[in-house]
Amino acid sequence: MGLKKFVSIRLITMFGVLMVTLLLTLILVGSNMDIILKQGIVFQVRSEITENPAIAKSFSSVKEFEAFVQDQTDQRIKAIGLDTPWYSPQRLGITMYKILILDFGHATFLTSDAGSSDVKDIIAEKLPRTILLFTTSTIIISVIGIYLGALAGSKAGSKIDRLTSTFAIISSSFPVWWIGMIMIFLFAFVWQIFPARATPSIPPSDPGYIVALLYHMALPLITIVLIGFGAWAFLVRNFMIGIMQEDFITAKKTMGISQKKIIYSHALKNAAPPILTILALSLSGSLGGAIITEAVFDWPGMGRLYFEAITVMDLPIIIGATYVLTVFFLISIFVADLLYGYFDPRVKTS
Amino acid sequence: MSAISPEEIKREFLKSKIGLAGVGILLILVIASLVTVIIIPVDTFKQWNNPSHWISFPKTSAPVWVNLSPFEKIPEHQILDEPIINFKKSGDVSVVNHQFNVNFEFDDFPNDFIYEFSAKYSGSPLLQMSVIRPDGMQLDLLSMSLPNSKTTITHSERIFSTDASIMKNLFLQREQFDFPIDKKSSEDVIFSNSQLHGIQKGDYIFLVNLYGVKAENEILDSRLIVGGKAFGIMGTDELRRDLAIGLLWGTPLALFIGIAVAIGSVVAGLLYGVYAGFKGKKVDEGMMRLNDIIYALPALPFLIILSVTISNSIFLMIGFLMLFGWVGIAKVSRSMTLQIKTKGYVEAAQMMGQKNSKIILRHIVPQLLPYAMASIAISVPAAITTEAGLSFLGLGDPTFPTWGQILHDANIYGAAPRGLWWWIAPPGVMIAITGLAFVFIGNALDSIVNPKLKKQ
Repeated sequence: MGLKKFVSIRLITMFGVLMVTLLLTLILVGSNMDIILKQGIVFQVRSEITENPAIAKSFSSVKEFEAFVQDQTDQRIKAIGLDTPWYSPQRLGITMYKILILDFGHATFLTSDAGSSDVKDIIAEKLPRTILLFTTSTIIISVIGIYLGALAGSKAGSKIDRLTSTFAIISSSFPVWWIGMIMIFLFAFVWQIFPARATPSIPPSDPGYIVALLYHMALPLITIVLIGFGAWAFLVRNFMIGIMQEDFITAKKTMGISQKKIIYSHALKNAAPPILTILALSLSGSLGGAIITEAVFDWPGMGRLYFEAITVMDLPIIIGATYVLTVFFLISIFVADLLYGYFDPRVKTS
Repeated sequence: MSAISPEEIKREFLKSKIGLAGVGILLILVIASLVTVIIIPVDTFKQWNNPSHWISFPKTSAPVWVNLSPFEKIPEHQILDEPIINFKKSGDVSVVNHQFNVNFEFDDFPNDFIYEFSAKYSGSPLLQMSVIRPDGMQLDLLSMSLPNSKTTITHSERIFSTDASIMKNLFLQREQFDFPIDKKSSEDVIFSNSQLHGIQKGDYIFLVNLYGVKAENEILDSRLIVGGKAFGIMGTDELRRDLAIGLLWGTPLALFIGIAVAIGSVVAGLLYGVYAGFKGKKVDEGMMRLNDIIYALPALPFLIILSVTISNSIFLMIGFLMLFGWVGIAKVSRSMTLQIKTKGYVEAAQMMGQKNSKIILRHIVPQLLPYAMASIAISVPAAITTEAGLSFLGLGDPTFPTWGQILHDANIYGAAPRGLWWWIAPPGVMIAITGLAFVFIGNALDSIVNPKLKKQ
């Protein structure tokens, strides 16, 4: 299979997956969304009448009043197309088309910090923060993990190997968010070093905002790195052990090339394909896994936005956020596949 | 991959220290679960969300073993429900006497005290309460007559230490104290030295007398609760629930969730992958595309949406977790099947005209079993942590006290800022220990199945 064909088939599959994901989200959230929107309209109509005494006085009976409310509600429901059910082909079609042209519309309840209810604005505000925290920590994790893993793997069975493996297994058994709670307990309340809430209290327009944000980022960052690098080191170690048994490494050893050079240039190079694949996957996976961690640390990013949107059933934001998360995930799977094929020619031919 | 016989796996496994450690931990957890299910009444677990069930327990109190430290001794919460009962009768007057011995050896005043009783009487008997302190001083606390009744009735009541008449009675006895006792709560007065305000340690005797005329009166349930700040082995939470019970019930629940999800998704993935690999060609292609799609679905967001929109029942949650769990296993077992399929005996069986289902179940699946076992063990922790995470977000099944649920409550009531470590630490440690048991077993099995990892 040629690279072009491979890429195009992949792209088509990715697009299909994206559409399926969004359609599934729509199906799951759609009915609840309609009920909430209709209730909102009834409430709006009633509050408009009570706020305007002139209209309220013009009714002679309760019946007339109810009829008026019903009439107004029906009109508005029709005006925004809520009279057909959410699963009607017409509405689904319009919604999917709008998603396709990246028009997510306006959020129903939530707004950005700046006050905009445009879904694009909200996501544009939250996404960089999530990338800042989770991508930074993933990079730190992978650097520590690769270094430690290579060291441990090249000396399998040594003290450092056993220490790394033990730490990896134990640390990966703890949920990140629980460690987060413990870290907040210890470093924000027992010893008051870091702030407990990761959301800076000063407005984003303030020049000191970046510094405040970085300071607030410290505790979540330390937590994620602490829990994450062990598993990475363990993975790299396992690849390394496999490679260190290969004949060419033994040959290099007998040639008298220094251990350090063998580990970091020859062996690690051969372990690169799986490592890069995992790096690509975990970079995007970090965005998806952010939901619980952001909830614990109150980090104002995509994960928290997503969770808030689901709790109030804010469909435009759920769709927008799912779109962004899925796109990131798909791109990273794609990049991982390409990298794997590039480094390991055997994959291409199969 | 070469076939490894079950005996070989067993022999290798018994050699692996880490695997045995895992089995050991798992065994302890299973025993704990069995003990929980058998010994602790199922009622406590059903009552988990019923506040009135936990009313006599203290709020957010530390575990009692904190008092083992040489520092300050926190007052323990004491529930005394076995009084010494005396009955006296002289002429027309009968006296029922209940005596509670309270040993108080702590460095702080109790929070409060509550006397709960239900009395069976007729007429209008008099209830008197007094306390004899370690220094011999006797303080009258209360004397009140129970509501008048011509027939025999049962009357239940709770008398709190904040009761105005207790305060008033103490105020009338203020001469016995060398310091002003007004503005002090009654427990601060009763448990104080008489010269200077401070704890008086020793044995206190609380006496309750029920005087009746001609009637045979009875106190049926009689309970004195001396409110403290330490209770139980694991302490209590904001809703006065005994955390030990929550943690214990969490064990069978976590094991059930983890093992059900792991077995379900591994079996489903295995069969899916084997079938796709065995059939090959178009079927394989189609099934793998479906696999790709589910693999690419963002699992956690979907799990959240599913639990919000469909149901947060724990059984459905297990189903949802399986929905996303089988994909990776299907991929691996497909590629393994592709290798096995080319082996002579499979081709021979095919040529002999054996049914496909028979070939799959007889010749292919058994070869994959070691790998499947390792996968089951490795998938358990992920299932447990994911369920705990969802519960932590408040999306779990509130009727089951899972560890994630306990942590969710802890987070809501601000356990971290309030320093309630006994509420935060144990559930997480339990999640990790359970996860570790399976990771140990999984790693041990994995290194037997993939011997490359073990060498050197």
